[in-house]
Order: sequence, then C-alpha cells, then structure tokens
Amino acid sequence: MEDVRIDKKINIKGLICPYTFVKSKIAIEDMEVGEVLEILLDYEEASRSIPKSMEDHGHKVLKVEKINDTDWIIQVRKEKE
Amino acid sequence: MELTEDQLHRYSRHIILPEVGGKGQKKILNAKVFIVGAGGLGCPVGYYLAAAGVGTIGMIDNDTVELSNLQRQIAHSTKKIGVHKVDSAKETFESLNPDVKVIGIKDRISKDNIKDLIKDYDIVVDGSDNFPTRYLVNDACVMLKKPLVSGAILRFEGQVTTILPGEGHCYRCLFEEMPPPGLVPSCQEAGVLGAITGVVGALQATEVLKLILGKGDVLKNMLLIYDALKVNFRRVKVPKNPDCPVCSDNPTITELQDYDAGYCRI
Ligand SMILES: [Zn+2]
Repeated sequence: MEDVRIDKKINIKGLICPYTFVKSKIAIEDMEVGEVLEILLDYEEASRSIPKSMEDHGHKVLKVEKINDTDWIIQVRKEKE
Repeated sequence: MELTEDQLHRYSRHIILPEVGGKGQKKILNAKVFIVGAGGLGCPVGYYLAAAGVGTIGMIDNDTVELSNLQRQIAHSTKKIGVHKVDSAKETFESLNPDVKVIGIKDRISKDNIKDLIKDYDIVVDGSDNFPTRYLVNDACVMLKKPLVSGAILRFEGQVTTILPGEGHCYRCLFEEMPPPGLVPSCQEAGVLGAITGVVGALQATEVLKLILGKGDVLKNMLLIYDALKVNFRRVKVPKNPDCPVCSDNPTITELQDYDAGYCRI
C-alpha cells in the first residue's frame, strides 16, 4: 500500500465506546475534505466499529492495522463535510 | 468554541448521530429558544431542550405552582407549591444542565410586551393554555418572522404544527378566527391526561431541535393530530391561505391585539 500523507493524528488509547468514535468524529469534523486522520487506539471493538461508522458517515477508510499486542491504527480520509 | 470533555460526554449520543455531530451540538448550545408558558407543554419542552443543551431558554408565565398542576407539569414538584413556575422551572432545568441559562419572566404575555420579549430569540414555542394567547403569539411571530412551534392538548388529544413565516402556513390559515368562548370546552370539560402533555411537548422539542440543526422535515403546512385513545397519529395538510388576515400579502391584521378572557384555561 502506498504511503499516505497524514494530516492529523489522535491518540485515543484508554477510551472505550462510544467515546472512541466521539473523539474521532470531532477530530475529522475539524479537518478539510481530502485530509487524512490517523487514529491510535487500544480498544478492540472500536477497531471494527470506528471504520464502519466512518464509512456510514461517508468517509473513506484507508487502513486498519494492528501494530502491536494492544494497539491499532486506523487511517480515514475525509470525503464530505 | 470548543466542546469541553464534559460536553463530549454529556452530548455523546447526539454527537455520534450523523445529523448532529460536534457542529450540530454547537448550534444547539448557541441557540436561543423562547417558550410561552411554564405549564403542561412548557415543562416537557423546556426539559428536553435543556437536556439537549439549548444555551438560552426564555420562559414567560405569571402563575405559581399549584397542587393540581403536578399531575402533568413535570418541571415542578410538591415542595415548589406557591413558587413562581418560571423560578421552579429555571431551577429544574439549570440543575439538569449547567450549560443552559434560563431567563424566566414573571408576567402575562400581551400585545405590549411580546415583540420585545421574542425579538432576540431564534425560535418561539407556544405552550400556552388558551386561545387568546395562541393567536397573539401566532400574529407576533408572523410579524417578526420568527419560526413558531405551536402545540395544544385537550383530554386525550394533542396537536402540533410548525409555522415558518414567509414559507408556510400560519395558525390563522388554519383557524382564521378564534372560536367563540361558548364553543370552547368549559373548565369541567377540559380535562387532560397528563402524559399527553409529554407526548406533545416532546414532539415540539423535536421540531425545535430539527429547526436548529436544519435537518429533516418539520410540520410546515401540516398539522399533526395525536389521538391517544385510538393510538393514532394523523398528519393533515394545511395550505397557506392566500387571503389569510395576518400572513397573506395584504394582511388585514397589522397590529397586535389582546383578546378578552371568557375562555377556559386548559
Ligand atoms: Zn396565515
């Protein structure tokens, strides 16, 4: 997969649903269409629910990756206001 | 304005809705809503708007809490009997949500004060219990072009309509003149099942929030009628009347008037 330019990173380790999504959504709302958000998290359920919710909201999920025993990163491109 | 951590938690179930989000929640926090009446409808409307985080809620009512109010007026309580309803409601709403500022006005609404009272608000809610006030609020909102969410209740029935002056119908397009006092139910006939006020008040609060958010349809050119005994909701079309005495291009009512009592308050 080609490298994408990350415009904003947030660390939501320690948070559980729905605050994982609340924080992610607030972060992407403040970005411009086309920009990419990278989310670092350690709540497994959110590694599935955030991508789904982001797509429901019309954004593009570029990557979901487990990076170590506890953490995931998700990359999402903002597609609409 | 950034939402605080507490606000992200308090409003999290709003924020995760696609139609609301952080931006919509900020619109709600910045909104100013004026509620006519702190009684059967004003209580649930104000309660839900306060919970939603509407930043400024104006309320006018001249009455004090009576024991017979408590069967339906849920912002008040037994220990508030004798207290002004707007003071009682202010305490309830502000303790539910410190983001909300309630401005209570202990007065009767009249042709002389209504325009000044509502002019700085975004949306007006009519929760009044009598026809003279309903017509006065309608006429003032049409003249000032303020969106108005009107509700009414009687026995087992409720009605809600949303008036967007310049866009849709008004209350006088629906009922041009007030019914004569004799045709309005007398005080002994004017019972109401308390929970109906909650249904209608929650519908009014929902209309207000959709107007603030700019999402979904509202009851423009429409009257929603709820019949609790038959468990039926009915939407009736209400076209704008081109000859309406107040909202047409050539209105015959151009000044506000107070109508005399002789009506039972429900
Ligand atoms: Zn009209």
